[in-house]
Amino acid sequence: MDYPLQLTVNGVPVKRIVEPQVRLLDFLREDLGLTGAKEGCGTGDCGACTVLIDGDPHHSCLTLAVEAEGAAVTTVEGLVTDDRLNEVQSAFVSEGATQCGICTPGFVVMATAYLRDNPNPTDDELRMGIAGNLCRCTGYETIVTALHSVIDGKVERIEVAPEPLELVPEPEGE
Amino acid sequence: MIAGQVSKLIGSRVKRKEDPRLITGEGKYTDDVILPGMAYFAVLRSPYAHARINSIDTSAAADHPDVLGVMTGAEINDRCSEPFPLFAILPGMQYPERWPMAATKANYVGEPIAAVAASSRAAARDALDLIEVDYDPLPVVTDMETAGDADTPVIFEEMGTNLCYEASDQAGDPDRAFAEADGVVEARMEQPRLIPNPMEPRAAVAEYERSSGNATLWVTTQNPHIERMVAAKMLGMPENKLRVIAIDVGGGFGCKINTYSESIIAVVLAQEIGRPVKWAEDRTEHFVATSHGRGQAQYVQAAYKKDGTLLGMKLKIYADLGAYAQVISHVIPTLTPSLAPGVYSCRDIGWTTIGVFTNKIPYDAYRGAGRPEAAYIIERVMDLIADATGKDPVAVRRKNFIPKDSFPYETPTGMIYDSADYDAALDKALDIAGYDDLRAEQKAARKDGKLMGIGVTVTTEVCGFGPAAAMGGLGGFESATVRVDPMGKVTVLTGASPHGQGEETSFAQIVADDLGVPFEDVEIIHGDTSIVARGVGTFGSRTLVVGGTAILKANEQIKEKATRIATALLENKLEDTLDPQLVTLEDGLFSVQDMPDQYVTWADVGSEAYDGQLLPPEEQPGLEAVSFWEPPGLTFPFSAHIAVVEIDQDTGEVSLKRYVSVDDCGTVINPTLVEGQIHGGLAQGIGQALLEQAVWDDEGQLVSGSLMDYAMPFAQEFPMFELDRTVTPSPVNPLGAKGIGEMATISATPTVANAVIDALSHLGVTHVDIPMTAERIWRVLQTHGRRRRGGRS
Repeated sequence: MDYPLQLTVNGVPVKRIVEPQVRLLDFLREDLGLTGAKEGCGTGDCGACTVLIDGDPHHSCLTLAVEAEGAAVTTVEGLVTDDRLNEVQSAFVSEGATQCGICTPGFVVMATAYLRDNPNPTDDELRMGIAGNLCRCTGYETIVTALHSVIDGKVERIEVAPEPLELVPEPEGE
Repeated sequence: MIAGQVSKLIGSRVKRKEDPRLITGEGKYTDDVILPGMAYFAVLRSPYAHARINSIDTSAAADHPDVLGVMTGAEINDRCSEPFPLFAILPGMQYPERWPMAATKANYVGEPIAAVAASSRAAARDALDLIEVDYDPLPVVTDMETAGDADTPVIFEEMGTNLCYEASDQAGDPDRAFAEADGVVEARMEQPRLIPNPMEPRAAVAEYERSSGNATLWVTTQNPHIERMVAAKMLGMPENKLRVIAIDVGGGFGCKINTYSESIIAVVLAQEIGRPVKWAEDRTEHFVATSHGRGQAQYVQAAYKKDGTLLGMKLKIYADLGAYAQVISHVIPTLTPSLAPGVYSCRDIGWTTIGVFTNKIPYDAYRGAGRPEAAYIIERVMDLIADATGKDPVAVRRKNFIPKDSFPYETPTGMIYDSADYDAALDKALDIAGYDDLRAEQKAARKDGKLMGIGVTVTTEVCGFGPAAAMGGLGGFESATVRVDPMGKVTVLTGASPHGQGEETSFAQIVADDLGVPFEDVEIIHGDTSIVARGVGTFGSRTLVVGGTAILKANEQIKEKATRIATALLENKLEDTLDPQLVTLEDGLFSVQDMPDQYVTWADVGSEAYDGQLLPPEEQPGLEAVSFWEPPGLTFPFSAHIAVVEIDQDTGEVSLKRYVSVDDCGTVINPTLVEGQIHGGLAQGIGQALLEQAVWDDEGQLVSGSLMDYAMPFAQEFPMFELDRTVTPSPVNPLGAKGIGEMATISATPTVANAVIDALSHLGVTHVDIPMTAERIWRVLQTHGRRRRGGRS
């Protein structure tokens, strides 16, 4: 019954024996300890578990681990390169687009792939493009703003470990 | 540090301390806890809304090769020393005992019946199917308005009624108001039940150490200390033997206040099988296992004069509590009449609140909790008066505002509003919206046969809970421990327990300014009962108001002691005695008056506090202070909101074109965090107005039981929100903060509802219930046609 699984996760080759019914989400979280992808629903409705499989976004809650055989899987943990957040992550931090943080990993993974494939969406197209990801905290406002700043090429990638604060005092009565 | 004082970080858009870990997947949520040897459990839930449980056969499940233990409801309940405790019992209230599991009778779909622990999550769920339960279905009660009738089946035989309480009261003389009135408006208004749906479903992990009898419970809670108090009581454990941990929690919105059965089951199963256990809901389970919110039927009459003055109101409010009362859920409906006067002078008001039990999952707090229902009543009443008098909704509101020079203001319902200037907020909102232009645009649109509506509200709410008297036994304080270590870095332990609000950031801003230390030198620790001094938790927009002030109070002690230590250090340095009054702390340096070059730092003071060799004889080592702070009164943020909608004549679909939100939460610590609370609050309030409702069939089955059936808003439902604020500091806490967690939700629902009804008002429509779905509006258009029939100007 057990299945020998070989794949690449965040650039690292992985070999494991898995049971065929194990979901990719559980494999990543429990076997590999990559708990970034979240289970928000388990039914493919919310997008919190989104990971990239060979570059394409997938619901890892609806994907069996064995379906990723031979694939390159990228999770939110794999978006950081050279100790810097990627552009979408950086924009999320700059715009305050994270609140509780559960939808965030899936959102940034999805948006990273979406903007790679659709670099210049209109606001309507963008909102439709991220409609597979639910957020209950932000009303999507700061998420959409963050993604627009990526589209506009205004984002500088920021270091994972936060640098000391740059003070931007708010003018009275803003 | 006092409201209005110039400071460096307070008021700044500081980036969140939480984000680096959350954006990279390093957050530590309950479901992320993975322990050596951990097993998983799943919960068998009643498929019936009301059924007698004749027998349960767990033998096949127990024989499953991966199953480690099966416990029935009776077996779990037997391990508890008492049922769920209730707080703030109302006079004359009747209620059933509630144990973690249904042992002999299930009273709602989703009530726990049995639990299975297995070596994997999948095996635990598979094994549920092997449990055989013999049920006898019983008559089901779903309608709150008839639940208390004599001919309605009674859910709890021992009570003999489904009525939890019926409370009537009045202020002033409502009959006088109605006798003096030029007219009366009335309506029946529905507040559908809503499903909170934080993006993190609930989860629990328990570990038990047999040798010591200590248990650790990781759980998705907004209030770990209350969770521990409740769970320890029920499990018959001393509180100091139960550690509750909730570090990262993924949204709550009220539904993670309650201590749920799964916390108890988790600890009992961990004891039973001798391994740590984990349970995590999926979304389908969340819909039937986690409390819902709202759920009222409101009968409203309002007496007015033809100049638009509101004279008085009579309210009858039914509240659907579901199958059980929990924590203080039964009290929530009583907030509705208390806040019903809103921002208006209303001399005479009478009310009856009727809380009933039904065969539905229990109701509890959902963002706003009792206050959205109140704001909805009064803000619909204002528009009904506008309809009846032919006046503009803005004019009617202004006519009735509590004047700004009358604060603190005691309402007829006994609330003491702390501070407000409603005209200022409304002026700002009207200005941003371009209200007069919008009305002109609406007139032109109507000429073209288009349906455009403008909704206006001015609302207030109560938050910043305590004091103790307002908390019914949960405690009205918050705690803070401030610790300065030998390196001069600051650690703050807070009893407030955030779940997305960003308190690690706002609290660090307060500490950095107050002590003059760098923001990066402040760590905020929360969500662990073994680390943090006893706390109350995060709900009712109380975190900043109560928790933030507790930190200031601890800082006062820290600064006093640190200044004494600094004085000793400076005396040693200067080889002279100093008047301690001459040593002051400014920008993080302790210096001697008129000798700015002579100073010591927090690191010097911190190091000396523990090294102790230069401490004066009367000074004890250490630099740590604990403060418990209870507010003297409640806070009342307020807002003026304007929504613009268009309605598709053919489909009835409402599209929200603009939303202006002017909110006043007193002092703002971090505008980004405040705006985040407003954005999310608006989304939930707008969702309530247009999309969301829990729907049951007559058998008590939840029809809207998944994200495919329950319409949670997507990104494309919203325009960009237009935010601004006024700042009216609260006098009841030294920060001047009022709280902002719930304000926007409370305002958004009536604002959008008013806009939709405004779009239809020229057709003679005066009220439509929420959610204003395309189908509902289409039906209204079919019955009202498209012909003008009076209505407001």
